[in-house]
Amino acid sequence: MTPVAISLDVNGERVEAHVLPRLNLADFLREHLKLTGTHVGCEHGICGACTVRVNGEIVRSCLILAIQTQDASVETIEGLSDSGEIADLQRAFRDRNALQCGFCTPGMLMAAQDLLKQSSEPDREQIREHLSGNYCRCTGYQAIVDAIETTAWSRAGRTP
Amino acid sequence: MTDAPETRDALSALDRPNSYIGKTMPRPNLDRLMQGRGLYVSDIELPRMGHVVFLRSPHAHAKITGINALAARQLPGVIAVVTGQELATVITPWVGVLSHLKGLKSAPQSAIAIDRACWQGEAVAAIVATSRAAAEDAAEQVSVGYDELDAVTDMRTALDPTTSVIHASLGDNLAFERHHDAGAVEDAFAASDEVVDVEFIFGRHTGVTLEPRSVVADWNAAEARLTIYQGTQAPHMVQNIAALHLGLQEAQVRVVCKDVGGSFGIKVHIYADEMATYALSKLLRRPIKFVADRVESFNTDIHARDHRCRGRIGVKRNGTIMAFEIDDLTGIGPYSMYPRTSAIEANQVVNLVGGPYVTRNYRARARVVFQNKNVMCQYRAVGHPIACSVTEGLVDLAAMKIGMDPVEIRRRNLIADDAYPCASPSGLRFEQLSHHAALAKLIRMMDYDVLRAEQAALRARNIHRGIGIASFIEVTNPSAAFYGVGGAKISSQDGVTVRLDAQGAVICQTSITEQGQGSESLTAQIVGSVLGVSMDRVRVILGDTDNTPYGGGTWASRGAGIGGEAALQATKVLRRNILDVAAAILQMTPGELDIVNNNVVNAGDGTSRIELGELARIVYFRPDTLPPGIQPELMATRHFVPRAYPFAFTNGVQASWLEVDTETGFVKLLKHWVVEDCGTIINPQLVDEQIRGGVVQGLGAALFEKCVYDERGQLTNASMADYLVPMSGEMPDIDIGHVVSPTLESELGAKGAGEAGTAGAAAAVTNAVNDALRPFGTIVTEIPLTPQIILTALGRI
Repeated sequence: MTPVAISLDVNGERVEAHVLPRLNLADFLREHLKLTGTHVGCEHGICGACTVRVNGEIVRSCLILAIQTQDASVETIEGLSDSGEIADLQRAFRDRNALQCGFCTPGMLMAAQDLLKQSSEPDREQIREHLSGNYCRCTGYQAIVDAIETTAWSRAGRTP
Repeated sequence: MTDAPETRDALSALDRPNSYIGKTMPRPNLDRLMQGRGLYVSDIELPRMGHVVFLRSPHAHAKITGINALAARQLPGVIAVVTGQELATVITPWVGVLSHLKGLKSAPQSAIAIDRACWQGEAVAAIVATSRAAAEDAAEQVSVGYDELDAVTDMRTALDPTTSVIHASLGDNLAFERHHDAGAVEDAFAASDEVVDVEFIFGRHTGVTLEPRSVVADWNAAEARLTIYQGTQAPHMVQNIAALHLGLQEAQVRVVCKDVGGSFGIKVHIYADEMATYALSKLLRRPIKFVADRVESFNTDIHARDHRCRGRIGVKRNGTIMAFEIDDLTGIGPYSMYPRTSAIEANQVVNLVGGPYVTRNYRARARVVFQNKNVMCQYRAVGHPIACSVTEGLVDLAAMKIGMDPVEIRRRNLIADDAYPCASPSGLRFEQLSHHAALAKLIRMMDYDVLRAEQAALRARNIHRGIGIASFIEVTNPSAAFYGVGGAKISSQDGVTVRLDAQGAVICQTSITEQGQGSESLTAQIVGSVLGVSMDRVRVILGDTDNTPYGGGTWASRGAGIGGEAALQATKVLRRNILDVAAAILQMTPGELDIVNNNVVNAGDGTSRIELGELARIVYFRPDTLPPGIQPELMATRHFVPRAYPFAFTNGVQASWLEVDTETGFVKLLKHWVVEDCGTIINPQLVDEQIRGGVVQGLGAALFEKCVYDERGQLTNASMADYLVPMSGEMPDIDIGHVVSPTLESELGAKGAGEAGTAGAAAAVTNAVNDALRPFGTIVTEIPLTPQIILTALGRI
């Protein structure tokens, strides 16, 4: 196998790299760019721990190849944290203790922010439905649902 | 005992202005995890690090006739291919037995199988390369010759004379057997008006931690020292075992535990592939990294449960429970796990059945047998879900038989709240439980009568909802009785060191560990409260055998109760020491001073006298200005272990409200309630979230989770696509209430809450399903409660 040149934006920075065609995006982010906030839980697209944004859409980074992101804009938890885009959501997660071990959390925040961008006031069932591809073994989900609901209310200018 | 969290009079050290005890405080380490800036083992990279991939047996039981790695060794990036025989030159085998589990036997287990593989997934060779991908490529080029052997897969026939014996040297496939007979069981059954006799079946399931097991082992040949980075719950246990089997002194092994992506008991054991990774580092004189993939996790992370338990209950028509009897059978795989053994779960089942109830008549047999399946061992709430499901299932079936409400039969038989101290029928000693207060609170929370009326109204419309109740007891704060007395070097005590730094902040080193429960937070809350400093001034260091006191770690709901008490006592000493110095500086007596909000103040009127930073400055940089004869000690260490009781017991009760679709067999969980008594509550939010998370793990076992093996010992659903775990969409909201009965064994009074949720969830769900199915005259006693099981019970398939 011969490495292939790729060029893409990651968290707003231009990245040029040579990667093997078989390298998935999760491993590229973690091993080549050292963006270890993207976690690998199952490597077959079920657990959601590796969720990142590619061109604005959330994807399982274990299920796409790095070479498929040629010219794409990739955003990871590090990027969303540094830009402040999800600061309120992170605050709600902290106040509600919506994470324990934290391994699912980057993916969970990605999925939650995706929902909040699509829907200004999702109800609890919609929140649970939208998170249904993100596995959390620690919390039992309720605290996560609460934190997202709180963030939705506060973004909509409402109080619970 | 009180109905709401209160601070006891005795807790003077905690009952201070600005105390954090009993308050919800955000955990200090959350921002790091939320920003993707944690450090899990899989994130760690070291210079010259090699990556190991294990080639694993595709057969449940097979003789290894040869391993040919010539082609693999030629591939680019390959550092070494190591067989079990070769690795045995640096690491010795082990036998997972403990002397207090009388009769427990197991066979020597090697880090990598030598000559014979005993389950599908056992490692037969290690391939080390410069990347995991290169190692995986090379693994495909290693050819292993196997002669398949008979696989023992069905626990029910494992002891038959016609079944082959897995380890000939042991004589049979029986690992452990325990009998218990208390009271007058035969007489009690004879005097019963009704006897219920059923078999309960519990699926084999596993922990599915989101972060797979991972290790980086770094043998530094120049220092003759091994550093192990591992997501473990018990760093000192890992240090002891690694040293023992690598022929090192414990001082030559350092175990570092950074962030851990979930453990729940999965990461409290030492696995063969982890031992192999330590040994490979020593053999190859470089850092070696092992990260299990998800298929490996399913095939090698310990499995749990997999019990078949026949249960009998005798009851009088007035609801008096006369006796319990159980006959429990469990299959544990080919080896008893090391070092905690695989007999503990069955032992716990015997200990816990009937535990909440008054009757003293109890007979039990438990048998633990070997099989050619993955190893089984302790997972969250060890034995509790089985004991609770059997006990509470029997109580409900007895109530059904005599036409009594399930709440009423419990009211008539639960041990009275004023009857303590007392003992269970299996001889466990209870200090103070609160079954009746908990049940009363649960009934109020769930509005029981209204729910019953709703259930009846819906039944008329062919909607079948059920209410299930499950009382439980939970073992917490284990003393040396758990492992130490059996010869395992697993500490039951924990230690905490606190010191005031040069700017008046506090550094606290504790031997308990953090896997998300909030160990760091509860330690900081205790230290801050007792010392009189704000929590943001307290930094907690854990998970490093070089830099913490010696101790057990975090498992069996012991972090708050044992580690928390050590933190309390250490901080009291530091506080006294600070006040001694302050008194010398201020020319007062220590009794006239207090520490409040980071300041030494007049005890009488609260006037600030000296900021802790200023005191520290004087002590560390201008000791020449202190009165003669004063040697300040701004660092203190204390250890704690429970001595009066071998275990603390907590109690609680759960309820499930659900709907059974009698056409499809699907169960929809509508609501779940828990009332728990974990003694003193340090951080209510953390306790509640421990319980919620625990409940959901129990709900997974109740409805979804099962490792499905075929008759040849092949695990057929080793992926997250096939093994179902609870996801957000199926889970209900869970309401939690508390009763508070602090233990008097410690000043803190905390017991523990880590297992409570998992202990009773499946029992509540099964009872609720049976309640829903009541009009159909059928019952279910097997979990997971898949549609197939429910439709079979309904006679639809």
